Amino acid sequence: MTGDGEEAPATELVPVLAAERVSKSFGEVQVLFSVDFDVRPGEVHALVGENGAGKSTLVKILSGFESPSSGRLLLDGQPVSLPANGDAEALGIILIHQEFNLADHLTVAESLFLGREVTRFGILDRRFMRAETRRILDMLGSHVDEDALISSLAVADKQMVEVAKAISRDARVIFMDEPTAVLSREETDILFDQVRKLRQTGTSFVFVTHKLNEVMELSDRVTVLRDGQWIKTAPTSLLDSDSIAQLMVGRELSSLYPAKHEPDVDEEVVLSVRGLSTGYVKDVSFDLRKGEILGFSGLIGSGRTEIMEAIIGLRSRLSGEVSVKGELLPAHDLDEATRRGLAYMTKDRKGRGLLLDEGMTANLTLQSLFRHVRYGYLDPASEAEAMARAKRRFDIRVRDDRVRVGRMSGGNQQKLMLAKIMETAPQIVIIDEPTRGIDVGTKQQIYHFIAALARDGCSVIVVSSEMPEVIGLCTRVMVMREGHLVGQLEGDDINEQTIMRYAAGLKRQMAG
Amino acid sequence: MSVDGGGQAARKSRSFLKDIDLRAVAPFAALFLLLIIGALVNPNFIGLTNLANVATRSAFIAIIAVGATFVISSGDLDLSVGSMVAFVASLMILFMNSGAIADPALMLAAAVVLTVVIGSLCGLANGLITTVGRIEPFIATLGTMGIYRGLTTWLSQGGAITLRSPDQQALYRPVYFGSIAGIPVPILVILLVTAIAAFILYRTRYGRHVTAVGSSREVARYSGIAVNRVRTIAFIIQGLCVAIAVLLYVPRLGSTSATTGILWELQAITAVVVGGTALKGGAGRVWGTICGAFILELVGNIMLLSNFISEYLIGAIQGSIIIIAMLVQRSLTRKS
Repeated sequence: MTGDGEEAPATELVPVLAAERVSKSFGEVQVLFSVDFDVRPGEVHALVGENGAGKSTLVKILSGFESPSSGRLLLDGQPVSLPANGDAEALGIILIHQEFNLADHLTVAESLFLGREVTRFGILDRRFMRAETRRILDMLGSHVDEDALISSLAVADKQMVEVAKAISRDARVIFMDEPTAVLSREETDILFDQVRKLRQTGTSFVFVTHKLNEVMELSDRVTVLRDGQWIKTAPTSLLDSDSIAQLMVGRELSSLYPAKHEPDVDEEVVLSVRGLSTGYVKDVSFDLRKGEILGFSGLIGSGRTEIMEAIIGLRSRLSGEVSVKGELLPAHDLDEATRRGLAYMTKDRKGRGLLLDEGMTANLTLQSLFRHVRYGYLDPASEAEAMARAKRRFDIRVRDDRVRVGRMSGGNQQKLMLAKIMETAPQIVIIDEPTRGIDVGTKQQIYHFIAALARDGCSVIVVSSEMPEVIGLCTRVMVMREGHLVGQLEGDDINEQTIMRYAAGLKRQMAG
Repeated sequence: MSVDGGGQAARKSRSFLKDIDLRAVAPFAALFLLLIIGALVNPNFIGLTNLANVATRSAFIAIIAVGATFVISSGDLDLSVGSMVAFVASLMILFMNSGAIADPALMLAAAVVLTVVIGSLCGLANGLITTVGRIEPFIATLGTMGIYRGLTTWLSQGGAITLRSPDQQALYRPVYFGSIAGIPVPILVILLVTAIAAFILYRTRYGRHVTAVGSSREVARYSGIAVNRVRTIAFIIQGLCVAIAVLLYVPRLGSTSATTGILWELQAITAVVVGGTALKGGAGRVWGTICGAFILELVGNIMLLSNFISEYLIGAIQGSIIIIAMLVQRSLTRKS
């Protein structure tokens, strides 16, 4: 076992759930090597590691969705074999999936009791179920209406419904896979408060994440996996973010962010947006210079993606003008925007960025097929050449080039998506959430790539909800709040406190 | 740094290869199996004459199904093809009977052009109702299916529409009954249509766009593809294929009626699915579709030549085939 229990009282030493020397192979390929892991009653245990380190596999084994190839699981110290396909919920072991398991057309109360509806004389006891739902939501301090349809809820509220669902099932251990990936800072705080409250009542949490500051903030213990191997389990108080990052990567992370390179103030304005409004976004104006990296910060739902989509032509504009190098860019014409050297990378990798059932090449060239047409037909050799170039340039690593994109790791998918938009040879690149849900090593590569682009004279807009990213990369930062541009920061003003003050509405610099 | 370049990718790619091979090979394996069964049932079956006959008879469904491969690959569905055949054929014969042009050869040429135009327009109508009208293709083409069928019934007043001029019949007959270099014309047409379709689907920008739109409308939209245009063109290609099938159908009997082409949509969709094209859109397999159409015709042929199953059950058998094909498709996907 891990043997890090020095400071815990003896009674807590019997873990609720533990894995002993668990290994897992898929076919001939081993993805977990004799891993030990335990969850104590009432603790928050963070599980960290790069993409492909084996976190998800371990979580699936511990929650009964996969069975271990060797090794054993212990529940309350007794060897146990967990029932498959989520039936382990009956034992109080609950996995909250990254993509939620909620049916859009049910109400919150119906979702909570889905599959174990309470009946009286064979008829649904709706009043009881609604009251019970309200009780649990109140306990969580959530304002969600128990009669609201799931489809009408914000992502954060859906997350809360999942947590409520877990609690209503008398959860003993709750596994959360990247729970904050889609949450704003405020929403994350609320979630964390609930987790702390539940922890006091003895519920344990296993928390899979890439965000090390959250690990430091919330967890009691940390387990690091790397390449399917157990690396370390230690109380969080004995570690700091840097040492965790080092354990994850196994090497020193020299500098996550490249050196900033301020563009000349006299540099030509390549993109100019004046008074742009969409349904939600109101009157946004800004300029982008050649070679500049401009950040867009703000809470989720502040309208950043809407603006970018309106600029590029994916969303209609109500009013306002966009000009590229002094010439007006028509609305709703993505083709024309592409011809003028604009490219937009979506934040929704799986839903909007990549064809998951297709191979890498079909994805890479999808937006730039015109470059591979010879006498009216597509030249496979030309496409293969582009693929080979992109693999080198973006360091995309796969064993087999014919792999379906849906089977690649998040990091490789992200690089492929970046490669795809770069195939259109843009001069103005808008990148929405450049590093969502990918590991530290890949993040670093993407940051350096963005910096290199700007040095070569490209202009880049980085839309990001991860503040360190905006702070580390950008020479100028725009802050948005509720559809309005509320602040523009430069130089030393680009720091977490200032951005947060604008984003949260405590400060405002521009007329909206 | 991407750790997963290692083990996982290798495992996955291997199963990926297996999956690809199985799905592409399955229809041809089924065809081979049928040929063996047929040979066991009746020795005449495996003869070249019989097989050429079967292939010739499969021409209508095969050509319509090639069009359906485009529509299904782009994530839509066209239920109206059967009635469209009846409708387009009626108009073609009515035009030829009208005597608008005296010279029979010129008349035939004009009728061919007209047929192609009408077929394309019918497809265009389906496409616009689906995309511009934003109606589920299932419902949109269910509606036009009723419309085309109803118009045909009205045009024929419930009976048959027959090509009157014997000159024209004689002139036109070889298109179905003739052969070039010993190969029946319909078989040549199947091969030509399929080769062109395969080229468009696999080797052109438009074909790639069809696959992208069928795999994910959103990804296609965000990649700058005009999704509605791609879908509409697929419907037009379907209409064009129906027109080509009509060009082969009319000389065969020289007549059409209100019941022409009934349940052909079932057969066309079955051929596409048996051929390995996913009904949810994405990967289209044109040669697989032809194989599927041939399988359907062979099953009917075997039923005729054998004595244990009544040929009146053919619809039931075809219905079963599409269900079995879906089950096989799904089990092959699951393995991946």
